[in-house]
Amino acid sequence: MAELSPALETARLILRGRPAELDAAEVALGFALPREACRSAGVSGRHALWLGPDEWLLLAPAAVADALTAMLEAATAQAPHALVDVSQRQIGLTLSGSDVEETLAAGCPLDLDLKAFPVGMCTRTVLAKAEIVLWRTDEATFHIEVWRSFSAYVRGILEVAGATVS
Amino acid sequence: MSTRYRSASGGRIDRGRPVRFTFDGRPYIGCAGDTLASALIANGVWLTGRSFKYHRPRGVLSAGSDEPNALVAVRRDEARCTPNLRATQVELYDGLAAVSQNRYPSLAFDLGVANNLMARFIPAGFYYKTFMWPAKAWDRLYEPAIRRAAGLGDAPTAADPDHYANRFAHCEVLVIGAGPAGLAAAMAAAKGGERVILVDEQVEVGGSLLDEPADGGTTIDEISARDWISQSLARLAAYPRVTVITRATAFGYFAHNMIGVIERLTDHLAAPPAGAPRERLWQIRARDVVLATGAIERPLVFPDNDRPGVVLAGAARTYLNRYGALPGKRVVVATGCDSAYAAALDLHHAGVKIAAIADVRRVPAGPLIEAARRAGLPIRFGCMITGTTGRLRVTGARFLVITEDGRAGLGETVACDAVLMSGGYTPSVHLFSQSRGKLAWDPDLQTYLPGVSAENERSAGACAGRFDLAGVLRDGEAAGSASIGVEPSRTFSVHAMAANPRGVLGALTHDRGPRAKAFVDWQNDVTTNDLKLAVREGFQSIEHVKRYTTTGMATDQGKTSNLNALAVVASALGRPIPQVGLTTFRMPYTPVTFGVLAGLARGDLFEPVRTTPIHGWAVAHGAVFEDVGQWKRARYFPRGGEDMDAAVRRECLAVRAAAGIFDATTLGKIEVVGPDAAEFMNRMYINAWTKLGVGQCRYGVLCRDDGFVMDDGVVGRIAADRFHVTTTTGGAARVLSMMEDYLQTEWPDLDVWLTSTTEQWAVIAVQGPKAREILAGLVDGVDLSREALPHMSLTHGVVAGVPARLFRVSFTGELGFEINVPADRGAQVWEAVWAAGQAHGLTAYGTETMHVLRAEKGFIIVGQETDGTATPDDVGLGWAIGKTKRDFVGKRSLARPAMSDPARKQLVGLATVDPARILEEGAQIVAEPGGTTPLTVIGHVTSAYFSANWDRSIALAMVSGGRARMGETLYSPSSTGDVPVQVVSPVFYDQAGEGVHG
Amino acid sequence: MLLIACPYCGPRPELEFSHGGEAHIARPEAPADVGADDWGAYLYLRANARGLHAERWRHTHGCARFFNALRDTTTDKFLATYECGQPRPHLGEPS
Repeated sequence: MAELSPALETARLILRGRPAELDAAEVALGFALPREACRSAGVSGRHALWLGPDEWLLLAPAAVADALTAMLEAATAQAPHALVDVSQRQIGLTLSGSDVEETLAAGCPLDLDLKAFPVGMCTRTVLAKAEIVLWRTDEATFHIEVWRSFSAYVRGILEVAGATVS
Repeated sequence: MSTRYRSASGGRIDRGRPVRFTFDGRPYIGCAGDTLASALIANGVWLTGRSFKYHRPRGVLSAGSDEPNALVAVRRDEARCTPNLRATQVELYDGLAAVSQNRYPSLAFDLGVANNLMARFIPAGFYYKTFMWPAKAWDRLYEPAIRRAAGLGDAPTAADPDHYANRFAHCEVLVIGAGPAGLAAAMAAAKGGERVILVDEQVEVGGSLLDEPADGGTTIDEISARDWISQSLARLAAYPRVTVITRATAFGYFAHNMIGVIERLTDHLAAPPAGAPRERLWQIRARDVVLATGAIERPLVFPDNDRPGVVLAGAARTYLNRYGALPGKRVVVATGCDSAYAAALDLHHAGVKIAAIADVRRVPAGPLIEAARRAGLPIRFGCMITGTTGRLRVTGARFLVITEDGRAGLGETVACDAVLMSGGYTPSVHLFSQSRGKLAWDPDLQTYLPGVSAENERSAGACAGRFDLAGVLRDGEAAGSASIGVEPSRTFSVHAMAANPRGVLGALTHDRGPRAKAFVDWQNDVTTNDLKLAVREGFQSIEHVKRYTTTGMATDQGKTSNLNALAVVASALGRPIPQVGLTTFRMPYTPVTFGVLAGLARGDLFEPVRTTPIHGWAVAHGAVFEDVGQWKRARYFPRGGEDMDAAVRRECLAVRAAAGIFDATTLGKIEVVGPDAAEFMNRMYINAWTKLGVGQCRYGVLCRDDGFVMDDGVVGRIAADRFHVTTTTGGAARVLSMMEDYLQTEWPDLDVWLTSTTEQWAVIAVQGPKAREILAGLVDGVDLSREALPHMSLTHGVVAGVPARLFRVSFTGELGFEINVPADRGAQVWEAVWAAGQAHGLTAYGTETMHVLRAEKGFIIVGQETDGTATPDDVGLGWAIGKTKRDFVGKRSLARPAMSDPARKQLVGLATVDPARILEEGAQIVAEPGGTTPLTVIGHVTSAYFSANWDRSIALAMVSGGRARMGETLYSPSSTGDVPVQVVSPVFYDQAGEGVHG
Repeated sequence: MLLIACPYCGPRPELEFSHGGEAHIARPEAPADVGADDWGAYLYLRANARGLHAERWRHTHGCARFFNALRDTTTDKFLATYECGQPRPHLGEPS
């Protein structure tokens, strides 16, 4: 049965803007923002998840939150953009195990096969009646981001799903 | 009990494992591998139910999901009692308790059978023709009686204790049906290395091949049919991306190749493991679908063809070869096709006496007929079966030979204990039709076949009108190969007895007079006479005939009856069948439990229950909650046995006398950021934003482009390019979507972006004259003075050690603050404020008190005072409109003359003449008392409360021309008479508005 | 459940989308200059087509973008999906 565990405390920023004008942000981040739909990029604990053509979810260790925000704001001062702290808006969960695809498939209508949802893919989607961000971090592990008031529901769904998977 | 009708050997049952079960309380013994139907037949039990309308005794007709008669309820306990199960699909397990349905008091002696004697008085359309008057009798007499008599089976009375699983699945090729065509298709598709799912409704794969005798002559690739099934399964198992699911019924074909499948997981187990899901709903999205759904045997339509012991010939062969159950010891075979001869031959070899084969065809020929002749079976050609004898079980069959010149010969009755019948096979095109594929009439086979596909779908085998085994296998190979874009390559060497696929349709000729009941639809008790009557009464379309006679309705959806009904109606109309039309094949293919459709959505997981970071505190302090959308909000905090009125009264007084603390976390929040943020706000909201300074707040009103109020909330300017927008709790998602809509589609040039921050912040409202004193000791680096932080302003600071956005706002009319802190610190800050407030009489209040306090101030709640047809001016918010703005969403509509009609409903206050009388929200307002209906209504009450602060009832209302009616007395009609009210200002409390500036 | 090809994310299940009404109903540049009838038509008049229909969808639980689609309302077949701002493609229609 796939194992569900809370993710580490994380800083979360939503970065929005026109892709062509965000080169400065990439310098501050230290890596290129993923421009391909539903893909993630990152180095050393910092990640950018493509959520939409003008929207990225930036994840970083909680300790560097303020420094990262300051660096990004300084770097992008001349570029129209929006940077909003959503660290507390949502929580992270990690679902891991050999039957992780089947467990998620109890509530998620996406094709989760490795060919259709490869490692590194990320997207907003639904799990039963809740919206989640689903991010495959390795073959048998998904990172889930969910708005905090939906987290109990999402945990509940995943627990029942895990128990009824086989 | 002896199982007198069990064959000596053979079948796929486990004769070494007896299984005890009961039917209507009587104990029987079957074998592992039996269905309830096969076990009953092996025990010689044919009477399994009473028919729906006439309560005629009925027995098993078929051997599969097409069964219209043998519907039973299987009962495990009070909550686990499933009605309307087909005995032909119920797998036997030790201790199975099944009961028949639709009989009272017992199956053999049923009072409802009176309906049969009354048959001539309850013709087709009976319900439409009777019970017309008197109208009053409907409620008391007709409806209760009809409801008692109607329906099949009883629903369990206790809540369903079982679990149900759900699975979204995806595959390249989905094959539905695992008979020879489906197995061949799956093996072909598997070669592509992609995902193949093969589903079958039966316990094991094989389909019609399972009906072949173990030592029969049919071979595929030089091995027996059964060995070929095993070999095929082994081949499929070697492909890691092939999934075979049995006990899985594809019940619906939905748009874009989405197939609904129900997998039955535990119903066949004597002791299901605790907690194991009972069924699983598969929602399978397939790139390509192969339908290999087979064909359904057609009954012959002749008088008394519904007597227990009259069974489909193919089903009888299934019972013999698959289950080792004999349909009788001396049987008559009535047929219009070749395939029934196979049943006759197999039974003959099993030692059953074939009393006669009555073939309605005059000169049939073929290897099966030849084999029957060689075996010495008594065959009569051109011979109609015209009736059966017996009461609860058939004892004889009547024949009528039609001579070559069409004259009827003499009738004759042959004794027997079972009648096997077959009119041929009807391709099962249900799923194809559900996929919106176009059916085509095949004049040769006299049936509808899949024509033009609407989806990436292929039909293969019997469901496509292919009945010879070699052709069926070729068809499957071709469909499976085409699904993966390759040419078929596999060939099959088949030895099987060829059978002419043609059969007969419609009613057989008989000499039994006009009253004889020849059934077309067993489940709905529809006879040829009913169909002919419908035509005589003017029904021409088969869709209308179906509704009038109910043919093809109910749980079997006419699987065995549709084509015969069509033929009878066509004959009565004197038209060819294709001109009569075809009824819709509706889902589900077989009945589906509500539980599996509900799936995980039950109990605590029925809907997401959203709670705030302060929820735990509220629970610990005895809050009573209310649902606001998916949120749980504390409604009031009763103390020492208070009811809601008492608690709200206390909370209301406390807020105005000292201070209250309120959880406002659920308010929607949107961060609007970018160089064009102010321009965007100007375009969206009716207010003007350009001059709003950083650190200031404004009450914003949002209209739709039709000019009606959609949402409202306080907006704070955090920076020149950043607004903190709040919305109503229920409007959060709607407002964000509307803003994104305008931004993405109308003004994509604006440099501004939106981010929901609803859940980023916990919001703690501290309201009341003592609010500042309470917070004074908690803030760090924040000047709370009225000069530094006036009403409608905001600042950043530290509250109780936590960085906060501190708003000076009020929804109560009192000095108020709203502390926004990161959600995970919400509980901590709330506790700190609560502790600091104890010395100042701080009282926790809930949404009910919030509602009363804002109503005392005449503040509207969108969705309560507004109903989607109120303009800002209607609800007294005309002042908020930025008059000099060139445009905003809704501005053009507000310029329409009708939007400023003085007779529009306007927000007013109502003071009841009796101060204790609280109006009902939603109640109408009239100008004159004592009116008679229809009343001239001039308005309605939108909010009504008892105001503890004013010590009287207060109400808000929308009244036509209300603002010009100040001081008028109006009336609110109620069940106790007209309640007089006086029109007053909607602001009941602190009309000068000084409280907020304290 | 429909399978809808989001122009940004590719084919995705209908559960992730919200329908947004008829497409190519542009809000007038200067509403104040629009006469009552034209404004009424902008607000309320819709084609309700039987057959090919240009409509808006939002990939709400995905990339959150609005986009347009050409769907046959009698068969539920999508002939095209395209980004907002692009002209309606002419497919499957007599030209």
